Parts: sequence; C-alpha cells; structure tokens
Amino acid sequence: MNIIVCIKQVPETTEVRINPETNTLIREGVKSIINPFDMYAIEESVRLKERFGGKITIVTMGPPQADAALREAISMGADEGVLVCDRAFAGSDTWATSYTLAGAIKKIGTFDLVICGKQASDGDTAQVGPGIATHLNIPQVTYVKKVEEATDKSMRVERMLEEGFEIIETPLPALLTVVKEINEPRIPSLKGLLRAKSSKITMWGQKELGLDPQKIGLCGSPTQVVKIFTPPQRVGGQILKGEIPEIAAQIVELVRSEVN
Amino acid sequence: MSIQVIVEKCTGCTLCFKACPFGAIRMTDKKAVIDLNKCTLCGACKDACKFKAILLEKTPAKCDIPNIKDYKGIWVFLEQKNGRVQPVSYELLGKAQELSGKLGCDVSGVLIGNKLEDQLDELIFCGADNIYLVESPELANFQDEPYTNIIVELIKKYKPEIFLCGATNIGRSLISRVAINIKAGLTADCTGLDIDSEKKILLQTRPAFGGNIMATIISPNYRPQMATVRHKVFQPLTPDKKRKGKIIKESFDSSLYFSRTKLLDIVEEVESLINLSEADIIVSGGRGMGSHENFKILEELAQVLGAAVGSSRAAVDSGWMPYSHQVGQTGRTVAPKIYFACGISGQIQHLVGMQSSKIIIAINKDPDAPIFKVATYGIVGDLFEIVPALTRKFKEALRK
Repeated sequence: MNIIVCIKQVPETTEVRINPETNTLIREGVKSIINPFDMYAIEESVRLKERFGGKITIVTMGPPQADAALREAISMGADEGVLVCDRAFAGSDTWATSYTLAGAIKKIGTFDLVICGKQASDGDTAQVGPGIATHLNIPQVTYVKKVEEATDKSMRVERMLEEGFEIIETPLPALLTVVKEINEPRIPSLKGLLRAKSSKITMWGQKELGLDPQKIGLCGSPTQVVKIFTPPQRVGGQILKGEIPEIAAQIVELVRSEVN
Repeated sequence: MSIQVIVEKCTGCTLCFKACPFGAIRMTDKKAVIDLNKCTLCGACKDACKFKAILLEKTPAKCDIPNIKDYKGIWVFLEQKNGRVQPVSYELLGKAQELSGKLGCDVSGVLIGNKLEDQLDELIFCGADNIYLVESPELANFQDEPYTNIIVELIKKYKPEIFLCGATNIGRSLISRVAINIKAGLTADCTGLDIDSEKKILLQTRPAFGGNIMATIISPNYRPQMATVRHKVFQPLTPDKKRKGKIIKESFDSSLYFSRTKLLDIVEEVESLINLSEADIIVSGGRGMGSHENFKILEELAQVLGAAVGSSRAAVDSGWMPYSHQVGQTGRTVAPKIYFACGISGQIQHLVGMQSSKIIIAINKDPDAPIFKVATYGIVGDLFEIVPALTRKFKEALRK
C-alpha cells in the first residue's frame, strides 16, 4: 500500500504567549513542531505499512526549515520526504495550499491512500484535507477515529461525529483525515533517527511542479487577511468563600440568572 | 507580490517586530529585517508601522467571476441529522437575517435529506425567506459527495453572495469540498460576522493559534463568500409565526446522488447524548477526578442541569472518559454559557478549548491552580464535597 501523508510544521501553540504590556504575541524561543494531529496521521501510515507493506511518502509545504518535520516523520518509519518550498507559494490560503499539495501528490504518482491530520493547530481550519481530496477527485472520510478493516482495494473506517460515529466504507485511493483517538504515535527508534539524519529530502518548487500561476500563492488565494489582533484576555474573577452549602446556594443563583 | 522595509523610513521602533504574529521580523542595526521564509504577507507589520516604512504589494487575486454583482442573497446550509435540523442552523438563520438587513437581500436555507417537511414552517418562522429543498431517500443521511454535488449545482444556478454553514464535523468536511469546486474563498470556524458598510462585503473574524490571536478575513473577488461558523456564537430568532417564506423544491439527475463512500451504520454513543458543542452548560472533570467511577458525581450534576459532561485531556489519557468528551486543543472547542471545571488544573491546552465560555466556574483544591486565573468564579476546596452539594441544591431549587 503506497501512502502519502501530508503534514505541517507549526509553532508550538502552547508556548505562544501574549505580552500583557504590548498585547502582542511573544514568539521568541517558540519551538517548531509537527502539527499534533499529523503525528496520528504519520503513525497510522506506519501501522498500515507494517500490515500491507508498501511505501510512505511524507509531503509538507513550508519554508526550508520544515525539512526538520520531514526528518522527524521519517524517524517514525516513513520512507521519503518531499518539501514543497517556493516563495511563489507564500501567502497561500487553504484553496491554494490544497491545490499545491494536490499538485505535489500528482507528481509523486500512484498512491492508494492520502492521510492528513484533522486540522493544524495554528490555523485550525480543517479545510486542506478535504481540499486535497477534491483537487485529486478522490473520496474522503474526515475525522477518522479507527480503521476497522483494510484491503488494498477498500477500507472500512469509523468517522467521529458530535454525538457518536459513522461506519463508512471507501474504495481506494481515498483521503482520510484522522483524530487523536486513532492511535498513539510511537517514539522514533535509534535506527529511525539515524536513517532520518541521512535521508535525502526532495525539494520541489513551482519550476518542478509547473502549476497554474493563477492558482498558487497569494494570487491563487480567494481569502485575504485584513486584520490581525489579540482578543481581550480573560481575567480571573472572584473566589467564593464560606461554608459549602452557602457557596452551593450562590452558584445555584448564578446559574439560574444566566440560563433563564 | 512583495514586502520590503524602506530602510530610510525605518526608525527602529520595533512596533512591527512586536506585531508580527509569525516571528518573521528581527531587528538588525536598529532596522527591521523581514525573514521571507517566515513571512506570510499578512500585513500586520504594515498596519503597526507608524512611519509607513513597510511596503507591501499584493497582486490582487484575479477574479474568475465576470459579473460579481449578479450574486445576491445570503444562504445557510441547514444541517440535519436523523431528519432533525441542527440548532446551529437556526443560529445561522438568525445571524443571516441581521446581515441581510445591511445588504437588503433575502435569507435562504438549503435543506437536503428525506422527509423533512415537518420542519419547514419552523425554519421560516426562524428567519428563512426561501428554502431550497432537495429530498430523496438516498439523501436521507449526509454523505460528502452527493451533498457537495447538489450544493455546487444550486450555487451555480442561483448565485448567492454569501454562504454560511455550521462549523460542525459534517459542515467543515462538506463546505471545504464545495469551496474548492467552485473556487470560492472559505473562512473556517468564524466567531464574528459583519458587513463592511462601504464595500458591502462579508467581514469574517475567527480565532487562530488556539485563540491567542484573532484574524479578520475577506474574500472580495470571489462569490459566494463562504464561512463556517462556530456553535453557540449567534442567537436564533424567536419564532415568528406570522413570517412567510417560499419553498423551492429541486431535484437533480440521480448520478449526482451517487457516493463512492458507503455509509454502513451510524452509532450513537450513549454518553454523548447531549452534544458537547451544542450544550448550554458543560460539567467537565480533570485529573482531580481520580477515576472513571468518580465521574458519576459529574454525570449526576449534569443530569440535573441538562448539561453535557466534558473532560480534560488528562482524564481521557488515563482512560476515565472517552475521547469524544475531550475539551481542549486536541479535543473539542466549546463555548457554553456555563462551564464547570472540576479538578482541572487549567493547562493552556485545555484553556484554548473552553476560554470562550461565558461563565467559568472552577472547583479545585489547589488555590494556585492556573484555572483560577480565567475562572469567573472559583471555589477552593474538595470537589467530592462541593459537587454533590451543588447537585442537591440544584435539585431543591428545581423542586420549588
């Protein structure tokens, strides 16, 4: 089974802090990590490869330093990394990003499955996975929490919804986006780390991909960011003191006045 | 498409450095230098610069739509599950009515499924001027491909200028496909929508970086302007039984209803009968709960309040609660009216998933727990005494 996993390098959101004086983001020393949801995508691809054999290619679009994310994925068991990197792709929104990644996947050639994390922790859009599937004209199953059965022709998976899950069968090739529940990502082995270090990463830019210039980067992006601002920070309120029955009575009143 | 610092104008004030959300600006020899590998051309630095020292040239995206003015009206995707239109759709109809006042246009709903006639009146009472209804037995349950095909055809035929959809699991999967198909701009998970009074375009505001920053996004050159919208942000209208609306039945060639994926079964999870995203009140537990069995006291409180039960990542990872209940960065984002955080210390990963709640009530035995920094009301004490006391008081209050 040939699997392509799309990942994104993101700032470790939990380390992004607001400077209370300037009300701006403090970014110094913020680490770049693989988007947490993509770790489950990588792990699932490795598990499928262990069952079916085949090859795992990791694709990411980003700056040259995203090389590190590809190597980390290889250390977990992926075979190859492709870095889609070009100033021409800067300013891409989800439309242009999914078009560009779909272009890279087409260039990789035949595949049975594309796996993405359900969303990235910086943008939180959950739009690029379905976008890639649409550009490739393949079926998609989003929010997959379990692969129940798989053959080289089809898969039966569980798709998480708000109040339960659906069981869906899809022919291959298809695209899955996965949630945390699907697995527990492994720690890379020493052998994996060594292999990652010596692996050659393929770099593709607009020249190699030959995409429609009207559909990439800022020019190919229908959405434009017009303003970025920091929301008012929540401040702690009141600590309720007293005997438990008194506190409970206060809470009851608060809840009543809020809900009615 | 380019960005550059005009060195002569740069005073080295560092305002742009502080404003850059992507850490792409550094100060060298008291001048701003932009790292083009990190820059996303968002323009935050240009807005922050008081000396007009940053030059940002954006090649305007080319518009493929010849007659953008032909696109009229606000559409709302009316999501149904098990034949019931979901609350978020009513919230969107309410917001769409408000926006339509600023544009002078109609609000229309798109309803796809089977045997949904019983809800048409209610949808009209709650703000739909028109309902495009597509019914067929094979459309009873949501499936990505047929629903996408139908919406794409309807948009091509009727040309709405704005298209809104709930930011649900179904909505986010479906609308992404639609937006790619028709090449429209799509903004995810909005918490604010408005109309630019001058340009008459949709201003879409959404959180990013786990809510640490907010961004306002427009799609001026493409139609429809599409957005998914978070639950519980907007209010549904009070039903007005005098409101009138039009039902427009549509049907398409059965080839459009074909789905390559097959829905085999829908499994409802008993614990999640109250949808976390839709709940007005959530009672959540964390590491301080100590065991799966102890969540029973939260379930009792939740039952009295008609609330949903949530959980921190710590409790999910310990196997005390299923993942579907997890609130936080790798779980769900919720914004109920009231959020009870019981035995949750308040790690940032949890806070980003619930800090938009209107009121947060935290119960924790550690007075220094970070949760108290965001809680509207804090109670320092033993949750195993306080939670049952709350349940008793609420029961008493309900009896009166």
